[in-house]
Amino acid sequence: MTDIQHHISDDLLDNYRAGSLPHAFSVVVAAHLSLCDECRARHEARDMIGGALLEGTEVAPLGTDARARIMAALDTPAPAPAPRGSGVFPAPVMAELGGRPPRWRMLGGGIRQQILSADRSGSLRLLYIPPGKAVPEHGHRGLELTLVLQGSFADSEGAFRRGDVETAHDDINHQPIAGPGEPCICLAATDAPLRFHAMLPSLLQPIFRI
Amino acid sequence: METVIAPVRDTAHTLETPLPPPGQQGVAKAPMTLEAPVTKELSDLSRDLIAVRDRRDREAFGRLFDHFAPRLKSMMLRGGLTDGSAEDVVQDVMLAVWHKAAQFDPHRADAAGWIYGIARNRRIDLARRKPLSQPEEMPDLPSLDPDAGQLLALQQEAHHLAAALARLAPEQAEALRAAYFDDIPHSRISEMTGLPLGTIKSRIRLGLDRLRHELRSIAP
Repeated sequence: MTDIQHHISDDLLDNYRAGSLPHAFSVVVAAHLSLCDECRARHEARDMIGGALLEGTEVAPLGTDARARIMAALDTPAPAPAPRGSGVFPAPVMAELGGRPPRWRMLGGGIRQQILSADRSGSLRLLYIPPGKAVPEHGHRGLELTLVLQGSFADSEGAFRRGDVETAHDDINHQPIAGPGEPCICLAATDAPLRFHAMLPSLLQPIFRI
Repeated sequence: METVIAPVRDTAHTLETPLPPPGQQGVAKAPMTLEAPVTKELSDLSRDLIAVRDRRDREAFGRLFDHFAPRLKSMMLRGGLTDGSAEDVVQDVMLAVWHKAAQFDPHRADAAGWIYGIARNRRIDLARRKPLSQPEEMPDLPSLDPDAGQLLALQQEAHHLAAALARLAPEQAEALRAAYFDDIPHSRISEMTGLPLGTIKSRIRLGLDRLRHELRSIAP
């Protein structure tokens, strides 16, 4: 059904499920699960294990009013539904965008970005790269996850299309180049500021927040 | 994908880690036809959940509460909550079950797995500053056109999963319980047990491999 080639690792999936990923990474995982049937099935299979263990677990008696409490609560209004995906942006990305289209900032060379979140645990941003353009070469400290939402890019690790996730550890020094056709839009999460080797002097990093 | 536990649909459960490219293989689809009404393939609990979903059936919900609430409370107590907090979280989880029932798809999960997923998210959000980012809800309700083969396969899978879990080597069972019931990060399991992280990861991996092997043997 889907031709996604680059998936999230078991480690990332399990850490996402345990709630132990930094926010930026958890959004990338949730967005990939929104696009990838295969990983959604892996995720659901783990819930089936949890369900089987829940069935077999010991029971803890409830307070005497518990049943009355829940039955009385059923008439409370349902909470507002989660935001839906829109365009190329799946629901978890729309949630980060506050339900609005991106407000891009120009980075030069036709490249645009919007920071979605940034704190000490890492940063999350959308990148817009015109066809054939290179994202400035950079190395990483720590881990970077990049999910393609539109178009494609390629680097030394392979070709990445919509739904594909590149998992780059700090030993990868890559130069992604956007594929032909549509501009490449991707969701990128890091747990450290990127170190650019060209185009942008590193002093500018705090200004551009990349 | 070579291995899909419920092999009728390519989006059914899988414990298989996707291969790196170019690892695409054809999915074996086993055609099945059943004469019986599809609801016969479902467990009583899943049927009750469908009654809640389709008819807002309060009696059915009451039965789900009676069954799951004491188990959910136990799950929350295992997670370190006090008795009172655990009861409050159980209320939240079961109310979410009532409100989110429209999303229950018996082709993709049984009642226990689906409710467990809601409880897992609720427990995680209690410990996080920001709620955990959630995947897009599944857009359609395939139950409008129920696939008896898929429902049966999923039900069998759930049944055999419990048996297969019971047959695991104790150290694998404990590792899977910590990882997929208590949702403890692997690194934390390692700290708690004093065992190297690699040992924990390999126990989880071997446990999943074992489950996959056992469930493959029941595939139609």
